Amino acid sequence: MSVIKYESFVREPLIDGDKTYKQVTEDIVYTIEAKPTRLWHIGFWISVALLLFGVYSLYKEVVYGTGQWNLGKTIGWGWDITNFVWWVGIGHAGTLISAILLLFRQGWRTGVNRAAEAMTIFAVMCAGQFPIWHMGRVWMAFFVMPYPNTRGPLWPNFNSPLLWDVFAISTYFTVSLLFWYSGLLPDFATVRDRAKTKLRKLLYGMASFGWNGSTKHWQRFESLSLVLAGLSTPLVLSVHTIVSFDFATSIVPGWHTTIFPPYFVAGAVFSGFAMVQTLMLIVRKVMNLQDYITLGHIEAMNKVIVLTGSIVGCAYLTELFIAWYGANQYEYDIFYKYRIAGAYGWSYWLMMTCNVISPQLFWFRKLRRNIGFTFFMSIIVNVGMWFERFVIIVSSLYRDYLPSSWSLYYRPTIFEVGFYLGTFGLFFFCFFLFAKYFPTIAIAEVKSILKTSGESYKAKMGDLEKLSLEEFDKKMNHHH
Amino acid sequence: MDIRKFVVGSFDDEAVLFPAVEKVRKAGYKIHDVYTPFPVHGLDKALGLRDTSLHTAGFIYGLTGLTTALSFISWILTKDWIQNYGGKPHFSLPAWIPIMFELTVLFSAVGMVLTFCYLCQMAPFVKKHHFSLRATDDLFVMVIECTAKTNVQEAEAFLAANGALDINVQVAEAGWWIGRYDMDRKLFETQTEAATA
Repeated sequence: MSVIKYESFVREPLIDGDKTYKQVTEDIVYTIEAKPTRLWHIGFWISVALLLFGVYSLYKEVVYGTGQWNLGKTIGWGWDITNFVWWVGIGHAGTLISAILLLFRQGWRTGVNRAAEAMTIFAVMCAGQFPIWHMGRVWMAFFVMPYPNTRGPLWPNFNSPLLWDVFAISTYFTVSLLFWYSGLLPDFATVRDRAKTKLRKLLYGMASFGWNGSTKHWQRFESLSLVLAGLSTPLVLSVHTIVSFDFATSIVPGWHTTIFPPYFVAGAVFSGFAMVQTLMLIVRKVMNLQDYITLGHIEAMNKVIVLTGSIVGCAYLTELFIAWYGANQYEYDIFYKYRIAGAYGWSYWLMMTCNVISPQLFWFRKLRRNIGFTFFMSIIVNVGMWFERFVIIVSSLYRDYLPSSWSLYYRPTIFEVGFYLGTFGLFFFCFFLFAKYFPTIAIAEVKSILKTSGESYKAKMGDLEKLSLEEFDKKMNHHH
Repeated sequence: MDIRKFVVGSFDDEAVLFPAVEKVRKAGYKIHDVYTPFPVHGLDKALGLRDTSLHTAGFIYGLTGLTTALSFISWILTKDWIQNYGGKPHFSLPAWIPIMFELTVLFSAVGMVLTFCYLCQMAPFVKKHHFSLRATDDLFVMVIECTAKTNVQEAEAFLAANGALDINVQVAEAGWWIGRYDMDRKLFETQTEAATA
C-alpha cells in the first residue's frame, strides 16, 4: 500500500512468475471455486474430532468443577493459564504483520497479512476460553462486565490486572476482527463478481456489503486501514503488556519483575511468527501459492524470529542476573533452586534450548531460506514458548513461603490436556474453513504492488536505474 | 429511483487511465466514478475528490472512549461504591490507564468502521449497479454521466481515442437498493415498478 512507484532493482521480487492482474485473481480465488481436496477433508475432520474431545473435557469440568484438573493448593494456575498466555502470544503476529509492518511500509506483508490476521483472530478465540472456563462457575462469567446490577451495585475492581485483561483481550479481538473484515470486503467482491453458482453469489454478495471499487470508497478504505493500523500498533503492545501485569503486579517471587512487559511482548511476537511460519509453509504448498508466499517472505519472518528470540534470551539472562544481584532470598531461591534446578529444571532447560539457542541458527542465510528447517524450527519455537509460560507459572507456584503448602509434583489430568487439544481443534477448524472459503491472500493489496514488486515487471526495470534524476522524475510522475 | 444514462469505458492499465482521466475532465465531461480493483494512488486527486475526514471522526470517537472510561471509573470508585483496596487512594489514576487506553482504541475502531460503512453505503443486502463485472478483477472502469448537453457518440469516440477498451452506454440506477446478488430483481419491489422497468 505504499506510495512508492518504483522499488530498487536490487530488491528481491515479492511476487514470482509472470503475472497479470487477472492471473492474480485466478491464482487466489482458485481454491474457493475448486472442490476441497482429500487432504483438506482429512485435516478438517481431525480438527472436528479434537474440538469434540475438548467439548467433552469442558463438560466434565463444568459438571464436576475444577477438581477435574490437577491444580493444587499453591498451583492454582496450571496448564490452563499457560495455554491462555501461549495462545494470546500466538495471536500477536497477525496484527504485528498487518499493522506495524504497514506503518513501516514493508511491502512483503501483503503476501502473508490476510492469513496471519485470521490466525490472530482464531488464536485469541482459543485464548479467551481458558480464563473463562477457569472461573469454575462459568455461569457467573458475566460478573466481570461492569453494568448497573442488583448486587450492590457491585462493580468489578478496575484496579485489578485481571479486569484489565478482560478489556484488553476483548478490545483486541474486536479491533482485529474489524481490521481483518474491512480488508476482506474488496476481495469478497472479487469472488462475488466471478461467481457462477447462485449460492456463491448470494453468500459473497452478503459478505461484500455491496462493495464496488469506487475511487472515493478506496480513498476512505485506505484512510480506515491506516488509522486502524495506527490504533492496532499500540494495542498489540498493550495486550501482552497487560497479560504480563497479571504476573508482574503480584508479589510472587519470579513474577514480581519490571522486565515482564517488554519480555512478554517480544516472546509473543516470537511465538506468533513461528506459528505463522508453520501455517504459511503448509498453505503455500497445499494451495499452490509459492509465487505469493516466496522464499523472501519466509526469510523475512525468520529474521524477525531470530531478533525476537534473542530479545527473549536477553530477558532470561537479565532475570537470572537480577535474582542474584537483587539479593532477595526468595527471588534467588525460586530462580536458582526451583527453576534452573529442582523438580521442574528439565522444563527450564527445554525452554532455553528451544527459544534461545536453536533460533540462533537463523543467522545463517542458507538455513533461513531452507523450508524444511524453517518448518522444524517453527514447531521447536512454539514448544519452547509453551514451556516458557509453564516455567513461569508452575516453577513459581510449586514452592511457597510456607513449606507446609509445598505441593506434590504437578501433572495435568486427561481433561486438562483435552481442553488444550480442544482449542487446537477450534483453531484448525476455523483455519481450515478460512483457507477454503476466504481469499487467503489479500488480492487487492497484491495487485497494488504487482507492478513495482512483481518478478516480470522488475525484470523490465533495469533501464530505470540508468536514468538521471530529472529523467526519472519526469517518467514516474507523468500524471501529476 | 435515480435512473441515469452513463457512458462506460474500461482501461487495462493505470498508466493509460491517468492521462485519460485528465483529458476527459478537461473536455468538460462529468465523471460519475472510476471503479478499480485496488486502490490506485493519486486517482482521487486526479478526479478532484477532496480528502476524506474519516480519520478526524476516528479521533473524536477515540476521545469519547477515553472520556467514557475516565468518567465512568472515577464515578464508580470515588462516588458510587467506594472500596478500600489496600489503603490506596480512591482516585487511583495510574491503575486506570490500561482500561482508558483500551476503550479509546475500541471506540475509535468501532466508530470508524461504522462511519466507513455509512459513508460508503455498505451493508449486507445492499446492492449497487455493476458497470463492469471486471472492475473487481483486472479493469479500471471509467463511468461518464450523460447530462442534457452530452453527446453520447462524441463521448464514446473520445474515450476510444484515449485508450478505453470496451466502451458502452448503460442506463442504470445510480444509487443503491436492497437486494440479493443471486437475483436480478430488487427485494421489496412493487409490481408496477417491475412492470415499467
